[in-house]
Amino acid sequence: MRAYKPKDDVQKKPYYTDRFWVAPQVPKYDVETDEVFAKDLAALKEKFEILEAYIQVEQMVVYINPEDNFEVIKFFKEELSYDQLSELSAIDWLAKRGEFEIFYQLLSMNKRKRVRVKMYIKEDQAIESVEKLFRSADWSEREMYDMFGVKVNNHPFMKRILMPYDWQGFPLRKSYPLQGDEFAQWYEVDKIYGKEARDIIGPELRDTARIDRYDSERFARLGHEVPRGAEVKDDDPINPQEYQEEGGVFLIKKLKKESSVVIDDPQR
Amino acid sequence: MAQHKVNYAQDGGLPVALTTIDKVVNWGRSNSLWALTYGLACCGIEMMASGASRYDFDRFGTIFRASPRQSDVMIVAGTLTKKHAEFIKRLYDQMTEPRWVISMGSCANTGGMFNTYATVQGVDRVIPVDLYLPGCAPRPETLQYGVMLLQQKIRAQKAGRAQKPKRLI
Ligand code: SF4
Repeated sequence: MRAYKPKDDVQKKPYYTDRFWVAPQVPKYDVETDEVFAKDLAALKEKFEILEAYIQVEQMVVYINPEDNFEVIKFFKEELSYDQLSELSAIDWLAKRGEFEIFYQLLSMNKRKRVRVKMYIKEDQAIESVEKLFRSADWSEREMYDMFGVKVNNHPFMKRILMPYDWQGFPLRKSYPLQGDEFAQWYEVDKIYGKEARDIIGPELRDTARIDRYDSERFARLGHEVPRGAEVKDDDPINPQEYQEEGGVFLIKKLKKESSVVIDDPQR
Repeated sequence: MAQHKVNYAQDGGLPVALTTIDKVVNWGRSNSLWALTYGLACCGIEMMASGASRYDFDRFGTIFRASPRQSDVMIVAGTLTKKHAEFIKRLYDQMTEPRWVISMGSCANTGGMFNTYATVQGVDRVIPVDLYLPGCAPRPETLQYGVMLLQQKIRAQKAGRAQKPKRLI
């Protein structure tokens, strides 16, 4: 067995230390190795500036300037028949290079090919919405704003989608603590009871591995249930697992565990 | 005339039962616990299974209602997110007193495995809880046992008009 290490402040340690094995990169190939992609790229290069292009896992990856994003996606849709936007989102590289990477994952049904369009934007840079081209971008762009704080211009309804409207912070940024900042940790208390209630309700208990057999404030052992807050010592009372306690419901016969039969054969 | 040997004072001797108001009221309350349908995540599936024919909650008088106004017990089955916390409080406030809350499963008890920014770390941070059921998810038997324990708890209460309202703060 592994030696035990206390894990209670794992989340507080800085990010960007590799806690897990980091997989090596998948090999990249030249776009010329695929006929269809080579043709698409040539058509694209005539109109737009392409920063980088390669094939990875049988998909073409194209890096473009963020200002071109609407026109490039439009070109892919209308000229190159990539007729489906399966996914779009952002990747947080703020700590490494101060930028977000935005990607659009496109699918062509009749070419049976997938293309990924990528670009880097600065932290406060807004991008153009592609919702007019693909309806699926509507919620994806809202989610991107919700999780990363990437603003999208000309979107019909630029609001948070998963988190509450009055949420503060962008949870999928690497700098966001997994267990939430102060706002997140007190969110429900502040909202329902007000800030004054913080002292009464107390901070969240985050140590899920904590087990206290004699903690009857919140829990009691099965078959040894006690009222909330009762003082429990070693000899905690045993509750017989019966439908009714002694003197429970009048007129109804009490079932006793000893007088019941356990049927072992379920197919009886 | 002693040949019948009927003990008139015992159950079934005569259709007469001597009891107290407390007991009658609590008998009614504990045996018609109408539960608010509150499946929030995977535990909700087990809650539904408890209601369905194999485990059959109806024989305990527990019938699921879709309205907080008609229910006595709220079975919080699943993960309570921070976004939803205000609504659980609102639904709890809409239930008529006396009301009880069963927190079903690790998520509702402590936040469970979702040790994250978006999950309320235990519904007892928002509403007062009467009974915590362990498990992920608790089997329907556990939920039935929990309801039976809640019935016992209700029968141990005084049934006077003035129920002390349960408040978190
Ligand atoms: S306790 Fe387990 S089964 Fe229940 S809601 Fe949480 S994760 Fe799902």
